[in-house]
Amino acid sequence: MSDKIQQVFETFKQLNLVDKVDQLFVMLKQLVLAGVPEALQPLVSALLSVTLILAVFPGIFAIVTIFERKGIGRIQNRYGPNRVGIPFTKIRLCGFGQFIPDGIKSLTKEDIVPRAADKVVHFLAPVVMLIPVLLAYAVLPFGRNMTVSDFDAGLLFFFAVGGAVELSVFMAGWSSHNKYSLLGAMRAIAQMISYEIPLILSAVTVVMIVGSLKLADIVAAQNHYTFGIAHWYVFTPWGLVGFIIFFIASLAESNRSPFDLPEAESEIIAGYFTEYSGFKFALFFLGEYLGMFAIIGLGITLFLGGWTAPVSFLAWIPSYVWFVAKMLAIVFVFIWIRATLPRLRMDQLMNLAWKFMLPLALVNIVVAGIWHFMTVDWQRWLVCAAIIFGAYLVLGRGLMRNQKLGKRIYRYAE
Amino acid sequence: MSPAFIIIAFVTLLAAASAMSLRNLVHAALALTVTFAGLAALYLNLDAQFVGFAQILVYVGAVAILIVFAILLTRSGDTPDQAVLAPGWTYGIAVSAVVFTMLGWAVLNSSALPKENSSAPAATVKNIGEALMSKYVLPLEIIGLLLTAAMIGAVIIALREPGKTKMDDGGLKIDKTATPSAILNSPSSSGGHS
Amino acid sequence: MSPLQGCLLVSALLFAIGLAGAVTRRHAILTLVGIELMLNAANLNFIAFWRYGAHPEALTGVMFVIFSIAIAAAEAAVGLALIIAVYRHYKTSNLDELKELKG
Repeated sequence: MSDKIQQVFETFKQLNLVDKVDQLFVMLKQLVLAGVPEALQPLVSALLSVTLILAVFPGIFAIVTIFERKGIGRIQNRYGPNRVGIPFTKIRLCGFGQFIPDGIKSLTKEDIVPRAADKVVHFLAPVVMLIPVLLAYAVLPFGRNMTVSDFDAGLLFFFAVGGAVELSVFMAGWSSHNKYSLLGAMRAIAQMISYEIPLILSAVTVVMIVGSLKLADIVAAQNHYTFGIAHWYVFTPWGLVGFIIFFIASLAESNRSPFDLPEAESEIIAGYFTEYSGFKFALFFLGEYLGMFAIIGLGITLFLGGWTAPVSFLAWIPSYVWFVAKMLAIVFVFIWIRATLPRLRMDQLMNLAWKFMLPLALVNIVVAGIWHFMTVDWQRWLVCAAIIFGAYLVLGRGLMRNQKLGKRIYRYAE
Repeated sequence: MSPAFIIIAFVTLLAAASAMSLRNLVHAALALTVTFAGLAALYLNLDAQFVGFAQILVYVGAVAILIVFAILLTRSGDTPDQAVLAPGWTYGIAVSAVVFTMLGWAVLNSSALPKENSSAPAATVKNIGEALMSKYVLPLEIIGLLLTAAMIGAVIIALREPGKTKMDDGGLKIDKTATPSAILNSPSSSGGHS
Repeated sequence: MSPLQGCLLVSALLFAIGLAGAVTRRHAILTLVGIELMLNAANLNFIAFWRYGAHPEALTGVMFVIFSIAIAAAEAAVGLALIIAVYRHYKTSNLDELKELKG
């Protein structure tokens, strides 16, 4: 047993320093696995990966909630939470310890279940939301050789478990026996289903160009550098449009502003999780944010090169650091959009999905095909960009035609 | 047969039985979802990865939600207080018992079952894609046509006729110029063709 | 009992349950649910024979099931649209009360 551990140490010593830091977690896991008997190895491997995911991503969730409150506060010209340090000590953190009392509060609040509610379904809804979201992390490549389980049809698995979240939304809304909850749940499901299609279609362009559904292959296909700049798909015309469509659709899939009509506090009193309190509400909150991170992770893998560096002279930074940095950057943009843009009405939301994003995603697929078959030259940039821009103008004009924009009328209280 | 197969099969059959026998329709629909998920697990057990994930994507993610929406739109969400079984339900159970007995006997005593190979066949996505594009391209195109027709048909069938309003005396005022057939055949919608 | 026979028995039982439900329940949607169960049982049959039978590299079973899933989804959509349209007209979705041909 100790000679297997010796072997792992040997392979570790042979890497140079950059690779040592990069493959640190992989090597640690192999060390632990080498010390475990053969029969238990798959189980221990799965347990280690799951523990790591369960430790890291809720930690990122805690930090992001604080950044969200402080960020939105600053954009709205006020301070966010700025006093909470670590409780029971004198350590001052200027508000960054807010997640500790928030967590304790949600754990200790009374769990109220309405009398007419369907108890079993009401209990199971947060569970059914959280489990598929956590399953989705199994296929994301967090670093070099750092995918938990690299399925052959990994992307399909991700979208499949994403579809199971809608069911939990319905369960939450219906079991609460509350008209607002049911209405919010129906709106949320309609929104999620409508935006799933542009999401998947924009991912299809990447799959078409790479030729594989394995997420590790997709990242490896973006791991080349020309003149020092990486071959990320976001730097191509179809990739840029695909990334923007994916970005907007993922905003809608996570029910974030400006698509948060189903759960907006000023509209429908928190929609489908009105009747949830205490730990179940915390689970819904956690599930929503974890789903947001998962779909951002997928967008990074498909369009932003996953764990690769954008410029070749920064490639010495470890791959997992790049992944988390890109994820935090996009989360920052999500927070920025939430604080800035007004909410979309339900019919505006649906119009956007079906009449604008779906045709644009289809045109994007055609353009990606044209890109693949034209000779590698400056002309293909021009042709592809022109086609996409033309489609955008036609669809944009088409949507705008139904609006009647007149002069603004001011009504005073007199 | 591995213990994993037995457990998954047991859960699937239990969920299917409860989907067909629960009184509350929404509970039945949720039990049906568990059945679909159990079937997807069975497909994964049989090394058909693509089909398993497609089953979850289509059935759990779309068909189950369709069924649930239909239950809510036909106001059947509450537990019914009348009988839930049709008259003559005993004959139905008897027929299905006979069907199962015949199939079970055929499976257990048949000599026509193929010889088994226990090696996992390679059903990679690449192979499936190549087969879809070369040998099965005609069914693929026909399925596209069929799905389009089904989508358009479902929308038209469920379209609320916009000209009907319920009057106060219980009658219906029908505006014949606004039925779906009138909308489809109107001069403006046919694009100006004569 | 070989694994193939186990799968086939599960599929037969699922089919019988779907048939029993489709025939005995009064609500129209549950009949559709029974039909979906029967289709799924047939799909399981196809996959079992593909996995344990001859020539699995021809992918016939997998192809069949992919198309069957697509067709079943389309059929569920149209069937549920029909049920909604009928409910809108007759105000009931009880199959025993839908016995008049006049609108």
